[in-house]
Amino acid sequence: MARIAVLVFPGSNCDHDAYHAAKHVFGQDARFVWHKEESVGDADLVIVPGGFSYGDYLRSGAIARFSPVMKDVVRHAKEGGLVLGVCNGFQVLCEAGLLPGALMRNASLRFVCRDVHLRVENAETPFTNQAQVGDLLTVPVAHGDGNYTADEATLDRLEAENRVVFRYADADGQITPEANPNGSARNIAGVLGENGNVLGMMPHPERCVEAILGHGGADGAVLFRSALAHLGESVAA
Amino acid sequence: MYHVVCRITLRPSILDPQGKAIHHALHDLGQTAVQGVRVGKRIELTIDAESEEAAREAASRACETLLANAVMEDFEVESATELEAA
Repeated sequence: MARIAVLVFPGSNCDHDAYHAAKHVFGQDARFVWHKEESVGDADLVIVPGGFSYGDYLRSGAIARFSPVMKDVVRHAKEGGLVLGVCNGFQVLCEAGLLPGALMRNASLRFVCRDVHLRVENAETPFTNQAQVGDLLTVPVAHGDGNYTADEATLDRLEAENRVVFRYADADGQITPEANPNGSARNIAGVLGENGNVLGMMPHPERCVEAILGHGGADGAVLFRSALAHLGESVAA
Repeated sequence: MYHVVCRITLRPSILDPQGKAIHHALHDLGQTAVQGVRVGKRIELTIDAESEEAAREAASRACETLLANAVMEDFEVESATELEAA
């Protein structure tokens, strides 16, 4: 059974969704880790969940990144442990320097809350090994600051190293400006850290792991199935 | 004790959608002389330091570690004014 730590900051609001997916849908050993704790224990996977840590004061994720637990998340990541940052978690990981770039205010200046199509760009990551390149996943987004930005050299390097894991696409899988919900550079929806064990993404896979919820059904499940396969676990769902 | 003002602005290469929206709004109000808008932040710090230089240094450190994100923002310590002892 994989040990999955779900961080909780003041203002996290997707922590229970992530816990529910890990614990009840996939039957893993999940636990919450309060941001004041100084260790994520022997977790195999750390999930940095969505929400509005510290009310998004200063910049999204800027304060949470200095929470005591983040030191140990950095240690865990440097030792090769898996880290998945979703939405505000993505912002926190960028602020912490575990991922390149930053998330700015959406180009529309509006909070965007809807389903989007994600095209899988790299299926050889710990989080996408059960998918195929070109697969389209329907996953919800809900954010005001999801506009991924980095300098051109960084973007080129991310592409050259195949670290763009997901891009926003239309229903036919085409990467178009119209399919980009927030103005992200090169339609980037999810990126991998330089050692390939840290993934940050704005869309919420933990919100769509059960077919009963409709919409895209359970397209987010492939991330959990992949992570568990990577960890050598048999998958319950 | 010093009152230090820091200015944080988006880097010139970063698009500023908020500035753009304000620019449009000003044009809608007929203020068409306005040719560009960039939005930044002003942060005021009260710093216990021995000298103006030390106060400015402490403010720079605060900007580097937390107040500004170097990926998208530049910062400048605008002023440091000694406060009268209470």
